[in-house]
Parts: sequence; structure tokens; C-alpha cells
Amino acid sequence: MKPFLEADKLTIAFGQGASRVEVVRDANFRIERGASYGLIGESGCGKSTILRAVAGLNPDYDGAIVLDGCELSHRRDKAFFRRVQMVFQDPYGSLHPRKMVQSVLVEPLQIMGLDRRQERIDQILRDVGLDASFRFRFPHELSGGQRQRIAIARALIVEPELLLLDEPTSALDVSVQAEILNLLNALRRERGLTYLMVSHDIAVIAHMCGQVAVMKDGRILERLTPDQLRSGAVAEDYTRDFLAASAPAVVRAG
Amino acid sequence: MTDPILSVKNLNIHFHSEGRVTHAVRDVCFDLGREKLGIVGESGSGKSQTGRALMRLSPASARITADRMRFGDVDLLAASERRMMRLRGNEIAMILQDPKYSLNPLMKVGQQVAEAYRLHHRVGRTEARDRAMAMLDSVHIRDPKRVYDLLPNEVSGGMGQRIMIAMMLIAEPKLIIADEPTSALDVTVRRQVLAVLQELVDRAGASLIFISHDLNLVADFCDRVLVMYRGRVLEDLPAADLGHARHPYTRGLLDSLPRLDHPCAELAVPVRDPAWLDGPAMEARV
Repeated sequence: MKPFLEADKLTIAFGQGASRVEVVRDANFRIERGASYGLIGESGCGKSTILRAVAGLNPDYDGAIVLDGCELSHRRDKAFFRRVQMVFQDPYGSLHPRKMVQSVLVEPLQIMGLDRRQERIDQILRDVGLDASFRFRFPHELSGGQRQRIAIARALIVEPELLLLDEPTSALDVSVQAEILNLLNALRRERGLTYLMVSHDIAVIAHMCGQVAVMKDGRILERLTPDQLRSGAVAEDYTRDFLAASAPAVVRAG
Repeated sequence: MTDPILSVKNLNIHFHSEGRVTHAVRDVCFDLGREKLGIVGESGSGKSQTGRALMRLSPASARITADRMRFGDVDLLAASERRMMRLRGNEIAMILQDPKYSLNPLMKVGQQVAEAYRLHHRVGRTEARDRAMAMLDSVHIRDPKRVYDLLPNEVSGGMGQRIMIAMMLIAEPKLIIADEPTSALDVTVRRQVLAVLQELVDRAGASLIFISHDLNLVADFCDRVLVMYRGRVLEDLPAADLGHARHPYTRGLLDSLPRLDHPCAELAVPVRDPAWLDGPAMEARV
């Protein structure tokens, strides 16, 4: 089957000359349509950089990023953002403090020139589990979980096919994390979305993703299924150490 | 418990604003010895307000009452503001969540550490500088001479938090209140910062109150855990037994965590019961 998103020899560097640092080296991955793909690794391993490169926020990269069979130009156009949207880690930082939910949601519709705006806004709020009265609230009147729901609604309102998720629940309480992860899974099923998700939390990645790439120092070390991740059937020593170091304490105690 | 360093009995905090009264902390009781006590709960559970009340740093709209709130031989409720000023930073220190907001952005980080020392000790500039340098070294900052002269925006988050720890621990407090000290940090950096905190707490023989929403972290790092829900302590148990918690709320929180050993299609979302506010709290089985 033809992959929906493919990275071919993706290399990303910052700086020039002597201060040039390669943060991602020769990364290859293929994600099929409707799949959920996870990237895990320690901080600084390059996982978020890959996500940002796919989103077009790091236009300087070598290699190719292919979406649905077409290689993307380094400068992304409007049509790209119609198909690919991103949800950021920090729901406090990613919403404009002086914009009401209504204007947060109407903006992407205006940019993409979509019709039936009010209808779409009401529908998307329902889909993320909020009622229509939330349209007239400011971000400071929302809890962390509600903000992340709004961030997800803003991404989904233009009906994208691929969602880039950068640690979408690491800033939230565990109970709210459970709600948001359930919501993301339900939305993927209902809308046939494809996810590329970055997290440092192995348990979250194993729960959410059908395929996982383990990264270290800018390279993809190995690719695993969630079952291999759960059972510890890994090839690389590094992955074994990483698993051991980040196994949740409550599980060990229980 | 023999001779607790801190003893709190029936602590209540009410907030009055625009005619509404919010009961943020309800009848919280605990004794703290030389141990690491974790306080966990969701946002709004009153865990941070409890920590602040201990240092009398609550907002002006807060009304604090307690049958007892003693630190050593000081009555924290009755102590004069002057006494509190001497206590804060000297005998009780607080480490906050984000070093970006708690360091002075216009002052060299080393000077901030030295200033913290000079506030509580009559020493000259040079001696304070030497002490600060030694303190930076003890929080594993590799090149203290270079780091001393940096501004807060020139250090990373993990380093900033270690500088905060240096600043807070230089006066050798007996009690440290750490309010989400690692929540703004990456996992790997988190581990380093916790290791540093552990080392210094052990060396100084201080007591630690560790406020966090992260159950796994607290289970790993602390000796004992209080679980708070809407201002009440629902469960008080050894951290190692957190996996066997009995209160339905604690169980609900634990069950909402994705687990590597139990794959499931949908995560459980905790159900909340208002009756918990009046029901019995769970104590560790002795």
C-alpha cells in the first residue's frame, strides 16, 4: 500500500559553518492512511524537530517529505494546511489570550474560504465535547483540558487528513489526559484521520499508536509495534535502558 | 511520630471574592518528620494553597484558620510578619514551578544565589560569592565560574531550576516546599533535577513537601503521599503503596493512566462523588 506520509533521508540542521548542528540525520518513515505513528525519545533527540519540519515550521531540511504521493515544496502553501494541522503541547501558550473561542475558530474558516461557518463551529464544538456556550469564552475562562479541546477543534475545523500532535497531553492532569486521549482516538476512528504523534511517555505512545519509532541523537534507532514495546521485545540496548528508566513507578509498585 | 518538624491540624482556607466564598482547603491535617511528603491532586485540589499557607504567602483574599499550624516552636498562624520574614528563605524555603518566572531576569544568576545567602547571614561580598560558587557546584553545574555571570535567559530550563534549588538551599532550611518543581522540565532533565534535590535534602537532613500532579513521579520520589481532592485529604499512605491505594478517587486517577501492562481500547475517566467531601479519609494500614 502506498504510504500517506513519507520521509525520505530527512536531515535537519541548525546553524552554519563551524556551529552547524545536525539534529536529525537520515530519518526515514512511512505512515499509511488512517494509521497512528509515534515518535519517542529523550529531550533533544529530534522528535519534535521532525514534527515541525513536516508542519513546514522548519523549512531548512534535506531529503524529501512526501504527502499522498507528492513531494512537498519547502515553502508550504494554503492547500497543504487544509490537509495537515498541528496541535501543540501547551494549551496555555497556543491560544491567543485576547481572542474568544468564536474568533479562534472562525479564523481558519476565513483563511481557507470555507462556507457555513457558524454551522461548522457549532458542529466542531460538539465533536470535541463542548457546548455552544463556549463560543463566547476567553482562554482564561477555560480549564487546561477545555483549552486543549479548543486547540483540537481549531485544528480539525478545516477538515484536515493528517494531524501532527506534539505532546498533546503532557501539560494536563492525568484524568484530563485520559479524556483527551479518548477524544483523539474517537476522532481518528470517526474521521479516518492519520496521526503523527510525539511524546516522551511510553505508556501514552503504546496506547495511542500502531507503530512506534524510537529516536536517539537525531537518528531513528528502531521501529516497534506497541506489543513489542509493552513486552520489551526490543533489539537495541538503548531502547531497553530507556524503557527501564521510564517505566511508570505506580506500575512497578502495583 | 516522634517530634514532627511541622504539625498541621484542621487547616481551612476560604477565599472571599465578589460575595462568593470558595472553600479551597478543608480540614487538612498532617505531621511532617524528616521525610519526603508528596501532595498529589488535580488542578484546583488545594495542594498549592496548602503549601503557600505554610509560608503565609496566600493571597490577600484568603482567610486561613487552623487548630494548629506549628513549625518547630513557631506558631505559623500567630507569628509576627517580622518573624515570618526571618523564617522564609532561611528556615522554610520554597521552590516554584518555572525558573523563568522566579529568577530576576536582570540580575546575574550567581549574584542572586549570593544575595539569598547575604540576606540571612552577616558575611562580606567575597565570602557570599565563594559560598554561592560552592553551592552552584553542589547542584552539579559544571563550570560555576562561567555560569555565575550569566543572566537567567542564558541558561536552560534544567539549569535554571538547579540554580533556583541552589538559591533556596544555600541558607540550609529545615523545611523545603517544592511546588511542581519539575513540571516545566523535560523527562531527562527532570531526573537530573530530582537527583540534585534528593542529594541536598539528604545531606542537610531537611524535610521536603513535594507538590505535584504526577502520580508516577511522587510514587518514585517521596516517602509518603497525601492525595487531595477539592481541598480535602482523601488518602494518606506510604508512597511505595500508591499502586495499592484504596480510596475510589485515588484508584480512579491511577486507572486513568495508560498502562504498558494492560492494553485497553478506551481509558477510564475518573468518576467523582461529592460524598467524598464528607466521607472518611483513608489512612495507611499500620
